[in-house]
Amino acid sequence: MFRKPALITFITAGDPNIKATLEFLLTLDKYSEVIELGIPFSDPMADGKAIQKANVRALKAGTKVKDVFNVVREFREHSETPIVLMTYYNPVYRRGVERFVAEAKESGVNAMIVVDLPLEEAGEYLNVCEKYEMGTVFLAAPNTPDDRLRMIDEASSAFVYLISLYGTTGARDKLSQLAFDLLNRAKRVCSKPLAVGFGVSKAEHVRELIKAGADGVVVGSAIVDIIGKYGEEAIDPLEEKLKELRSGLIL
Amino acid sequence: MKFGEFGGQFVPEVLIPPLKELEKAYERLKDDEEFKKELDYYLRNYAGRPTPLYFAKNLTEKLGGAKIYLKREDLLHSGAHKINNTIGQALLAKKMGKTRLIAETGAGQHGVATAIAGALLGLKVDVYMGAEDVERQKMNVFRMKLLGAEVIPVHSGSKTLKDAINEALRDWVATFEYTHYLIGSVVGPHPYPTMVRDFQSVIGRETKRQILELEGTLPDAIVACVGGGSNAIGIFHPFIEDRSVRLIGVEAAGKGLSTGKHSASLCAGEKGVLHGMLSYFLQDEDGQIATTHSIAAGLDYPGVGPEHAWLKESGRAEYVAVTDDQALKAFVELSKTEGILPALESAHALAYAMELAKEMNNDEIIVVNLSGRGDKDLGIVMEALSCSVSQPL
Ligand SMILES: Cc1ncc(COP(=O)(O)O)c(C=O)c1O
Repeated sequence: MFRKPALITFITAGDPNIKATLEFLLTLDKYSEVIELGIPFSDPMADGKAIQKANVRALKAGTKVKDVFNVVREFREHSETPIVLMTYYNPVYRRGVERFVAEAKESGVNAMIVVDLPLEEAGEYLNVCEKYEMGTVFLAAPNTPDDRLRMIDEASSAFVYLISLYGTTGARDKLSQLAFDLLNRAKRVCSKPLAVGFGVSKAEHVRELIKAGADGVVVGSAIVDIIGKYGEEAIDPLEEKLKELRSGLIL
Repeated sequence: MKFGEFGGQFVPEVLIPPLKELEKAYERLKDDEEFKKELDYYLRNYAGRPTPLYFAKNLTEKLGGAKIYLKREDLLHSGAHKINNTIGQALLAKKMGKTRLIAETGAGQHGVATAIAGALLGLKVDVYMGAEDVERQKMNVFRMKLLGAEVIPVHSGSKTLKDAINEALRDWVATFEYTHYLIGSVVGPHPYPTMVRDFQSVIGRETKRQILELEGTLPDAIVACVGGGSNAIGIFHPFIEDRSVRLIGVEAAGKGLSTGKHSASLCAGEKGVLHGMLSYFLQDEDGQIATTHSIAAGLDYPGVGPEHAWLKESGRAEYVAVTDDQALKAFVELSKTEGILPALESAHALAYAMELAKEMNNDEIIVVNLSGRGDKDLGIVMEALSCSVSQPL
């Protein structure tokens, strides 16, 4: 679904408000092959401090699920860059899986990641995504065995998201060896594009992972931190960070 | 693995292998004679099982209806039923080769019970507790520290129990290789709701034996409070096939169901997915989880165990809700008539049972699960009585 090598950038929708989100998306668009947009959730249990705080800011600003769909629709008037919606399962379940996916598709979302929906629970979701031609992305972790990795690859129509470490999202200083071990295994086992995320925060990380064979690299917390610090005024520092990260794509 | 459509394993991928490891270890050990003997040894000699089933004669006579029996979990070491589960899981963790326990706690009861189990079995204990709860429950924080546990205040979200669970899960995804997450109720991803229920079912098994000895018949109703639902499922479970026994779970109506300030997820919530399970949750139309209120910190949780969701849907159990004020009155009533201070959580069950008893005949029997003792609540009760109950003590 994307040009390789890909810089995949993440922000939380509605942080610090939904109007700023559109501007941030347009900024990310200049430097990203794919954009991941997070639906804010009250209980983001797979996220570290940076994205937790972004969720709090977005919900405080009154961000609703329909606002997220609307901002994607507006973005689509300007750009065709793929958008992957990242969400916890409850907002999907509560809306009704079919209604959620249909609305997301209609607004211009290309694929979805549901953080707390492992394969075992994903039957209905997978059927609905197939029906609406919504791309699917499942996560794999360093402790995911090969046979399971194969199933995850099969269920992921867009790409496979490899988690680089044991822990939550959040910028880290160094990449863990676990990331490279998993990437090497996944290259053997999987047929879909491979994106690596969690903890990736610098050009140097991007370069190491692309060199090691990743098709894409996901950067979230390092970007969200900038929004946390500068709020609506984040465009300039964001551009600076994005340029730096992009330089990592050049080997 | 599921209770009807409820339950499941809605967790990030990284937790699937540790949950499978836990499930395998539990399946292997739960029928292992050595393990059962060891657990039984600690429950008897350390925790104080079996607990009495006490006929509350004074209360029964005063109300003039059904006979009320109290299952005295309040007499257990640590003061509540929570220890049935913490000793069980801590033993299991040790057999699995884990060296550290983590737990979430609201009021601190489960944290204390985990700290006790950790001290007993030589495991390091870290307890996550919402920063607001740390403030509200200073004594239990101190208690946990004395028992050798570390208390980690959680500043995220609403700074209460649900956020403590989130934080414990965040810890566990990074530390599962040497850490067991000791969940305190029949909530969370499979196998927790089943495993915790099994450890708590000792309450119902004893109750059945005791009531048959004392009355020669099964009770007509069993009443228990429901936070996550562990004391309730513990006493209900051995009676599920006994269709003549009404099973009644009592949730916290807080300041009233219409005020929105409550934690009655079965009575007023919607189906949803959080903390690894499909169940009932208090939430808005976008699926954002609501903040809750109850005077009983142990009931102050926006969800409920999946087996209760299923017992409700199947109609086998009934669920009702009792307000802060009703629970307070029951707290005072039991103290005066029977000389027993119930935990505020248990006082919810008692409040409903007292109403129910009046409508029943005096040859009928109600068993109330007195899940804990009220000493921990004295500060809260003192404050509440001075301003909200018009009757002077
Ligand atoms: C005495 C007592 N009863 C009941 C509860 C509620 O938990 P559960 O519904 O799991 O029994 C608690 C929780 O802390 C408690 O301390």
